[in-house]
Amino acid sequence: MAGRELTFRIMRYNPETPEVKPHLQDFKLFEEPGMTLFVVLNKIREEQDSSLRFDFVCRASICGSCGMLVNGRPTLACRTLTKDLPDVTTLLPLPVFKLLGDLSVDTGTWFREMSIRTESWVHDDSEFDPTKQEERMDNEEALKIYEAERCIECGCCIGGCATANIRPGFIGAAGINRVARFMVDPRDKRTEQEYFEVVGSEDGVFGCIGLMACDDNCPVGVPLRGQIAYVRRKMASAGWKMKVGR
Amino acid sequence: MGQYEMFVTDVLVIGAGLAGERAAIESARNGLNVTLLSLVPPRRSHSSAAQGGMQASLGNTAMGKGDSPDVHFMDTVKGSDWGCEQDVARIFADTAPIVMREMAHWGVPWNRVTLEKRVYDGKEIHEDPEKVGLISARNFGGTAKWRTCYTSDGTGHTVLYTMDSIVQKYGITVHDRVEALSLIHDGETCYGAIVRDLRTGQLRVYTAKSTVIATGGYGRLYGASTNAVINEGTGMSIAYDTGVVPLGNMEAVQFHPTGIVPSWILITEGARGDGGYLLDKNGYRFMPDYEPNKKELASRDVVSRRMIQHIRAGYGVDSPYGQHLWLDIRHLGAKHINTNLREIATICRQFNGIDPVHELIPVRPTQHYSMGGIRTNIDGQAYGLKNLWALGEAACWDLHGFNRLGGNSLAETVVAGKIIGEKIAEYTKDVSLKVSTSLVEDHLLIQQKRIEQLRERKGTENVYDLRNRMEHTLNTNVHVFRTEEHLLEAVHELQELNERAKYIKLRGEGKGADPELAFALRLPGMIRLALTIATGALARTESRGSHFREDYPKRDDENWLKRTLAYWREGAKGPELEYEPVKITESPPGDRGYGEATAGAKPLVKQ
Repeated sequence: MAGRELTFRIMRYNPETPEVKPHLQDFKLFEEPGMTLFVVLNKIREEQDSSLRFDFVCRASICGSCGMLVNGRPTLACRTLTKDLPDVTTLLPLPVFKLLGDLSVDTGTWFREMSIRTESWVHDDSEFDPTKQEERMDNEEALKIYEAERCIECGCCIGGCATANIRPGFIGAAGINRVARFMVDPRDKRTEQEYFEVVGSEDGVFGCIGLMACDDNCPVGVPLRGQIAYVRRKMASAGWKMKVGR
Repeated sequence: MGQYEMFVTDVLVIGAGLAGERAAIESARNGLNVTLLSLVPPRRSHSSAAQGGMQASLGNTAMGKGDSPDVHFMDTVKGSDWGCEQDVARIFADTAPIVMREMAHWGVPWNRVTLEKRVYDGKEIHEDPEKVGLISARNFGGTAKWRTCYTSDGTGHTVLYTMDSIVQKYGITVHDRVEALSLIHDGETCYGAIVRDLRTGQLRVYTAKSTVIATGGYGRLYGASTNAVINEGTGMSIAYDTGVVPLGNMEAVQFHPTGIVPSWILITEGARGDGGYLLDKNGYRFMPDYEPNKKELASRDVVSRRMIQHIRAGYGVDSPYGQHLWLDIRHLGAKHINTNLREIATICRQFNGIDPVHELIPVRPTQHYSMGGIRTNIDGQAYGLKNLWALGEAACWDLHGFNRLGGNSLAETVVAGKIIGEKIAEYTKDVSLKVSTSLVEDHLLIQQKRIEQLRERKGTENVYDLRNRMEHTLNTNVHVFRTEEHLLEAVHELQELNERAKYIKLRGEGKGADPELAFALRLPGMIRLALTIATGALARTESRGSHFREDYPKRDDENWLKRTLAYWREGAKGPELEYEPVKITESPPGDRGYGEATAGAKPLVKQ
């Protein structure tokens, strides 16, 4: 039984030939059982157009490489099944990030800059002592850290964020969630004031205008709405205390 | 010569997964200038996909009570079927607990011991109240104790994110979206690498006092593999291409019992470790018949063979993608599945449209891990070239021998990263970099010519067709069960493919960062690795660990207690095999306590 004929309308752009403006190109193929966009894009590259650029690594929704706009919505291509798609599907690269070619965008550089800006590491001056037992931690606390740590840096929350699309310095839900991950970690010795320096601005948590597309779009279900509220509350109180302190 | 960018560094680490990053940190802490190269942003490395955990004998849980590095050592040696280096296994088992604690200090949110009630295999587990809050552990195959430290379903992810946060903290230079095409060397010493920028297609030169390969495994040679698409063995290839660096034990390939059908995504061993069963087409739990002691949790090589054996005996489930068996975790309950095994639940729901809380998961043994790799000494120094190092899955350090235990490779990345990282730092301080410009330009020219030749499009062979043939022959002839007939077929076919790979014709123009060109540059090296695997497997006329010869079903310590070293000499048409003794320091070869030697090779099914 032949499957449906599917059309993929894919944005093409090669930075080496800037004279060719970004445009949409149609590719057609027949659907197969269990087909995902990982299968589709590789088939197109191997059988129809060998120059098509896109990014996959794990193809199992773990690594966050393949965020793109599927019919306008940011999501991971690897876990998008064609059976859930209409006959014609438009694929566009995620906005906000630098376009490397076709569907490939430079999320890596964006996330690295964000991580360094928010100093996303445990701040603790004590030296590790190899002879000592580990510090105890409540398992619930560990799970709470993991909940935020589960972000896979795919950029779907950023690509779909109104603020991030107009304000280049905005750290977005991924950045705010990253700060929350360290705030809930007792091993990080930063004070509220120090966090305020990092995230208490319009490019930080106060840039969020509350549309919450991020929460809808997160492919791994990080509770971004809750995380943003948590950081906002902490930072509002820190800001107030700093004001009173002056 | 044309223009090219040139970078000079003390330590060049190729590969920014866990092993590469951990080693880089050690050099940075010692004040050395380090540059990390990565095919992808470091956090997307395949390390992130490891769901299960890391073995370390902390012994904090009730089921891990009495554990020690000695017990861990012995499990590892048995697992390897006495094929590992015992001094390596010893230093690894001794150091692993310290490194887990160090990772906790750096930020990994390890699951911790709680007093929460827990029933396992019908028995209630009571944790020691004094251990509450210490690093917990889960059960994995082939181990005497519960020893696998974990963070829910995302151990590789959290450890890699923490490791990368430390890389950022130290301000280590990272160049992502680059690929090393060859090593710069003069047959005696390594001086760095020729690298292609995957954003633009430009070539770059990196020179270094020490060059470190940490590029992971070659799973994608098989196509049907649990591995990420970037795991194409390129790091092994470029070391092999020097003609003087040998690859160790390439025939030792691990097949994981539970790749999900048909996308071959891994269903972690944690599923069986936490109490999951394997069922056949009749819904019958068959593993206790074959392996009365370890059941589903014998070592991976044994479970994979038992599964194929059971399918061959007529108990497989038919599907359009071939026969498979079932993994059953329904009895673990929704709460456990949705938290501790969430990743599995997600994979099942998203890729197969099934809910493992209520439904069975279709699984079949799938290529998973390369025990073999760049042969190094215990310090991580590659054989054959000075100033070249290797660690992690890319290396044959040789912790795993002929079968790796679940949880030992992820642990190896960080433990070897610390141990070898310290050696690299210590050694590099005394190296002075003297590299001749003409040597660099010679190596650069070779790569430029390869690229120009491909762009001329005068060949005849389609790069993806060649790849498909390579995948097919490995999957058909060099899999869980092996015979001389099939291995000969594989060797002949791969020899032919190796010739044909000289005449690749690009479909497109191959300009700039063209993905087809990138693959065309990679494929010949992949075929050489595949041929080396098949040749080593054909030569080894015994069965040991994952290497099972149906025509030689017994382990043969008299003739084969040795490691294969494969060299691909300059201009040769195939590998040249040599052998070296396996280092036995503590445990003489004996019975593993599971597998065919113990439980008998015949099926014991009593359905």
